[in-house]
Amino acid sequence: MDTLLSGLFLLARLDVCVALLIGSVGGVIIGAIPGVGPAVAIAILLPATFAMEPLVGLTMLLGIYGSSMFGGALPAILINTPGTAVNALTTYDGHPMTRNGQALRALGLAYGASFMGGIISIVALILLSPVLAKIAPMFGSREIFLAAMLGILLVVIAHRGQTFAAGMLAGLGIFLGTIGLEPVKYTQRFTFGQEWLTSGIDLIVVVLGLFAISQAFILLNDPESAPDARRIEGRMFKAMCEVFRFKRIASAGAGFGVLMGMIPGVGEFTAQFLSYTYAQKTSKTPEMFGKGSPEGLVASEAANNAVPAAAMIPLLALGIPGEALTAMMLSVFYVHNVIPGPGLFQNKLDFVYALYIAMILLNVIVVVFVLFSSNLLVRIIRIPTRFLGIMVLTLSFVGVYSLRNSATDCAISAGFGILGLILKRQNLPIVPIILGMVLGGIMEVKLRSAMARVTTPLDFVDRPISALIATAIVLLIVFHFWGVWKERRLKEPEFSHDHDVHDSQMR
Amino acid sequence: MNRIKNLQDLFKRYRRPGDLVFAVSFFVLSLFLLVNLPAQTAWVERTSLFAQPAFWPAVAIGVMIVFSALHLLGAVVSERIPGRLAEVLYWARSLEFAIWFMAYVAIVPLLGYLPSTALFCASLAYRMGYRSLRWMGISVLFAVAVALLFKSFLQVKLPVGLLYEWLPVGIRSFVMTYF
Repeated sequence: MDTLLSGLFLLARLDVCVALLIGSVGGVIIGAIPGVGPAVAIAILLPATFAMEPLVGLTMLLGIYGSSMFGGALPAILINTPGTAVNALTTYDGHPMTRNGQALRALGLAYGASFMGGIISIVALILLSPVLAKIAPMFGSREIFLAAMLGILLVVIAHRGQTFAAGMLAGLGIFLGTIGLEPVKYTQRFTFGQEWLTSGIDLIVVVLGLFAISQAFILLNDPESAPDARRIEGRMFKAMCEVFRFKRIASAGAGFGVLMGMIPGVGEFTAQFLSYTYAQKTSKTPEMFGKGSPEGLVASEAANNAVPAAAMIPLLALGIPGEALTAMMLSVFYVHNVIPGPGLFQNKLDFVYALYIAMILLNVIVVVFVLFSSNLLVRIIRIPTRFLGIMVLTLSFVGVYSLRNSATDCAISAGFGILGLILKRQNLPIVPIILGMVLGGIMEVKLRSAMARVTTPLDFVDRPISALIATAIVLLIVFHFWGVWKERRLKEPEFSHDHDVHDSQMR
Repeated sequence: MNRIKNLQDLFKRYRRPGDLVFAVSFFVLSLFLLVNLPAQTAWVERTSLFAQPAFWPAVAIGVMIVFSALHLLGAVVSERIPGRLAEVLYWARSLEFAIWFMAYVAIVPLLGYLPSTALFCASLAYRMGYRSLRWMGISVLFAVAVALLFKSFLQVKLPVGLLYEWLPVGIRSFVMTYF
């Protein structure tokens, strides 16, 4: 309880509160604009947060991360275009409800479910934190190496039908992380005699190129469109309260969100699909799913909003980001020399609690904001897409150039912008590159220190946690191949899944 | 024939136009990196394999080679999707905007952040067809808002323009700090 109170005390500062307010409101607005999304916004704002204190910068980024899904539901419901990729499932039932003249009800349910999902997951994690504080110190070099390996494996396997592409892109990410001076022997790796490559390729430069600049290029290249959304009439609060009629579905969705969020590399999509499937299977009206079912809408929104808090667990407890957004946040920690990992949960639990309380507050701020601002957000949706491209490209400059005032970084970022555009056009995943870059570095360092104390391969798995993770890795590979084999036997090839739903690169 | 059919079934996957071009390019890049591995990394005497500077790039390139070969195989054995050239031209068209971006990068240290951003936004808006006075105004207003937010409010470090040197002494330092 004392730690919880000191966490609250850490937050009780004007700069933290202002950052939280800007992040929460900004996140909703960014989420509501199709084609921008939290990854683009976080990538652009990241360098600006380097000058701030860790808690201030992180609460702002967390605000954007946690609130963008609230905003993303708005265009998904009103114009059938998800504001963020994780709102794709929201379109299934949200837009049919709008077509049936129930736009206000759909929005209210989506906001209410997002709020319930967010709050339930954070409360669960606050209760779980003392347990994590006890488990985290049991993670040594080999456990962290294996957990990072599990993360990469999960991100590759999670891209069903694109497994080979995800694997090669994860390899590219790992490779990019090795360019420059090797950290122990100081020999050069893949610099081709170029001085500008000696310091390596910065993660933020790659992130900005792959997410923000590529998105700007797409918006500028694609034909002009200005989405048309109509005004919403009625009382939003009343519509939001209806979610309590679906509290079983919302709680289950939050549960799926917490579980899937904690596993590196899995994230919102799996949580949403599990939650949606559960809701459909237990519903009295399963035939309504996809045609405007309130239960489907609640299931998907509750699950996706429960993920951000849970995704912070592997990041804070082990220093392992589970997806692109938490990978970006990891760089904020590194810049301020706050090293996430077992020590953080053990020694700075109040800091962890402060982040969780910030997430509760952001959910409250967002609900108050969306209660009164839906029609303002409807106007934001209408920004013409090509002009949006100009805005994103202009903002990307701030992100890249402010890092090191380097024109070379800008050129590299523009290059990754083109690569990102190609990947998005091909519907190939971008996240494996980012996770490869981050996790590859962690794996290299941890493998070295682990191998110093290992004489036989069995020594690597002679501790309970390392044995557990190694078993998980083996089982995952076995189940994946078994699944592929079963699909082939049933003549249901892997590529038959609808991968456009998995637009993970948009995150 | 049956073997070929089985191979096709095994490696068929979700694809879009231009898939083969990308698959070939990525595989060639992976091979290029593999060929350069001995020259671009060092082998240090009396150091274990796992601590060798070459070890981790070798792992990464190995992963790239294996998966990109499988990805390429998938592209080769699948039926051709029309629209390859149009797709590659779409990729090439984005080069124009990369050049716009680099031109913006080049003029900021000369003109300063606010004038460059206003010029960039207005001229790119003009290029994209937003040519009315209203859109030009919105572009400049957006540029001013961005400059104020990032340079004045968030104190993000951005270069000072050479042009600012010509300003009167009284306002020079103010402009340099906030715009």
